[in-house]
Amino acid sequence: MAQALTAALGHALRSDRDVLILGEDVGTTGGVFRITDGLQTEFGPDRVIDTPVAESGIAGAAFGMAVAGLRPVAEIQFLGFAYPAYDQIVSHISRIRTRSQHRFTAPLVIRIPYGAGIGAAEHHSESTEAIFAHTPGVKVVVPSTPADAAGLLLTAIADPDPVIFLEPIRSYRRVRGEVADPPRPVAFGEAAVRRSGTDLTLVAYGAMVPDTMDAADDLAVAGIEAEVLDLRTLVPLDYDTLLDSANRTGRVVLVQEGHRTCGFAAELAATIQEEALYSLLAPVTRVTGWDTVVPLRRAEHHYVPSPERIAAAGRAVMEA
Amino acid sequence: MHQVLQTDGTLRAAAPLDVSTTRQLYAAMVAARTYDHKGTTLQKQGRLATYASFLGQEACQIGATGPLRPDDWLVATYRDAGAMWAQGYPWVNLFLGRTGDERGGAAPPDVNVLPPSITVGAHMIHAVGLAWAEQYRGTDRVALTMFGDGATSEGDFHEAMNFAGVFGVPVIFLCQNNHYAISTPRHRQTAAETLAAKADGYGMPGRQVDGNDLFAVYDAVAAAVADARAGGGPTFIEAVTYRLSPHTTADDPGRYRPAAEEEEWRARDPLDRVRRYLEANGEWSPAWQDELEQAAAADVDAAITAAEQLEPLGAAAVFDAVFAEPTPQLLRQRNRAATDE
Ligand SMILES: Cc1ncc(C[n+]2csc(CCOP(=O)(O)OP(=O)(O)O)c2C)c(N)n1
Repeated sequence: MAQALTAALGHALRSDRDVLILGEDVGTTGGVFRITDGLQTEFGPDRVIDTPVAESGIAGAAFGMAVAGLRPVAEIQFLGFAYPAYDQIVSHISRIRTRSQHRFTAPLVIRIPYGAGIGAAEHHSESTEAIFAHTPGVKVVVPSTPADAAGLLLTAIADPDPVIFLEPIRSYRRVRGEVADPPRPVAFGEAAVRRSGTDLTLVAYGAMVPDTMDAADDLAVAGIEAEVLDLRTLVPLDYDTLLDSANRTGRVVLVQEGHRTCGFAAELAATIQEEALYSLLAPVTRVTGWDTVVPLRRAEHHYVPSPERIAAAGRAVMEA
Repeated sequence: MHQVLQTDGTLRAAAPLDVSTTRQLYAAMVAARTYDHKGTTLQKQGRLATYASFLGQEACQIGATGPLRPDDWLVATYRDAGAMWAQGYPWVNLFLGRTGDERGGAAPPDVNVLPPSITVGAHMIHAVGLAWAEQYRGTDRVALTMFGDGATSEGDFHEAMNFAGVFGVPVIFLCQNNHYAISTPRHRQTAAETLAAKADGYGMPGRQVDGNDLFAVYDAVAAAVADARAGGGPTFIEAVTYRLSPHTTADDPGRYRPAAEEEEWRARDPLDRVRRYLEANGEWSPAWQDELEQAAAADVDAAITAAEQLEPLGAAAVFDAVFAEPTPQLLRQRNRAATDE
C-alpha cells in the first residue's frame, strides 16, 4: 500500500502544478513511513516542503494555500499528533465554505497514518476517525487496499472540499495488491463488497478490513457465509450498499478499531435500526476497540479487534 | 516608537502621503467611524448581535490598508470592519455578518478579504498560507493580517510567525496593541517589553509605531509591503493604540480600567490629529466634514437597509453550503429537516 500511495502522489504532482506536499520530514527523508520518498528529488523543495514541527501551522498554512487556489496535500506524522491541528480543521478548514457561502473553499488533503499494530510508542496507535466524521465540512476517507489507497487519494486531491485521508499504518507494508499505472481514481461514497454472503453482514473499513476478511473465512469453515462491506469513505457514506446488505442478511456486525463510545459503528447501528429495523433477525452488534487509551505494545492485543473476536460476534448474531 | 504626526497635528518627520491622498484616507476614517457608531447603536436597538467596536483604532484600520493593492489579501478579525471595508469588503456584508447571516462572509469575487476571524489568533497562519501560495505562483501579491495584543499569546501566533520567517513569505503582521484583551491588560499577555521585540525571535524585522498616527501606520505598512513584494519576506508591526469603546457591546470596561485612562487616550484621537493637520494646511473645513459625515451615513444606512431586507437563509441553503455537493448524510438530513418543520 505504501508504494501505491507514493505512486499516486507522484502522479498528482506530475499532472498538476497546483498540487504540493507539506509536512514534517516529507522531503529529504521521504516521511517517517517513506510515503513521499523520492518526491522532493523529482519535484523540488518548493513543491515537497519540509516544514517546522508544527501541526497547527501545517494545517493552517495548507488552508491558506487552498483558499488561494492551490491543492496542498499535508502530512501529519501520526493521528495522535493531529490534535494540535484539530482546531484549524474544525474551526476553519471545515467551515470556510459555509462561512463564505461558497466564495472561499479549502480543497486540501490531510494525510494521516492511523491505527495500532506496529507496537509503537504512546500516541502512535490512535484510531479516532469518529472525531473527524463528527466534524461538519470535512470528508473522511479510510482505504484498505493499495488500489483504493491510490485511487481514493487521487479523488481526494481533486475533490473541491477538504479531505481527512487516514492511512492504516499496519497495512502500509502488509497489504499488497495490483495498482494500475497511473492509478485509477476511486469514487467517494461507494462501499466495496469485498465478499458476498447471505447469512450476515460484516462492515469494516481501513485496517480492520483484512482482519474482517479473515473472520469471514473462519465463519465460512463453520458454514456461515458472511458478506463483507468495506466502507472506504465514512463521509460521504454509502447508505445504499449498507442498508441493502442489512436488509438482505438481517444480521449485522460492525467492526471498528476506534474507541467504542460514539465510534463510527454507533452511527451505523443507529442508521440501520432507523431504516432497516424490520429486516433484522438479530440485534446489530459492534466489535470495537475499548474506551481506554490504546495499550502499549505488550498489551495492545487486548485492544485491537481480532479476527477471533469478529468471528465470535458473527457466530453470536447467527445464534440470536 | 515611530511617530510622524503629533497629537497637535504637526509633523515630526516628512509626511508619507500627499495632501490629496491624506484627504482620501481621512474621509475613509470618517466613514469607518460612522459605521462604527452605527454598529453600536443598532446593537443597542437589538438589530445586530454583539458588536465589536474599533473606536479609536481608525488610524490602524485605514493606515494599514492604505498601502495595499486591491488584489492583495487581507485576513483580519471581528474588530477590523474598517480595514475590511477599506479593502473592498462591502458594508452590507459586514452588517449581514453582524445580524447573524452567513452571506456576510461572501466577499465579492474580486475582493481578496477573508471573512473576519472570530477565533483569536488562529487566522494569521492563513495569511501565511495565502502569501505562500502567491509566492509559489510567482505573483507579487502580499497578505496583510491584523490581530490584537491578546492574539500574540495564542500558540498559532508562534506557528504563523515561525512559518513566515522560515519560508520568507510575503506577509505583513499588523498587531493592534489596544492595551486590552477584553479585561486582560497588555502586561498580562507577555513579559516582553514590547510586542515588536517578538519579531526578533523569528528572524524578521519588528517595528513599533504610534497606532493613533495615520502616517506612522501607513509608513510602516508601506515599507513592509514594498519589502514583501520585492521578495524581502515578512515584517511584524506593533501599532500602539487604544480601544476607546468597550470590548463588545456586552462588556463593561469600568470593571477593569480607570475612566481617566480612557480620557487620556481620547485626547490622542486619531481623527482629530489628521483633521488638525489638514486644517493647518487649509485642507479641512466644517462644511467638508459635514459632507463626509452625511455621505458616510447615507452609505451605511443603505447597507443596513439592504442587509435587513434580505430574506433569511432557508433550511435547504443551510445544508447546501457545507460541501460543493451535499453528501448523502446531508441530503437525508435536509429531507428530515424539511419534514420536521
Ligand atoms: C480562541 C479564542 N479564545 C477566546 C475567545 C474569546 N475572546 C474574544 S475576543 C478576546 C480578546 C482578544 O484580545 P485581542 O487579541 O487583544 O484583540 P482585541 O479584542 O483587543 O481587538 C477573547 C479572549 C475567542 N474568540 N477565541
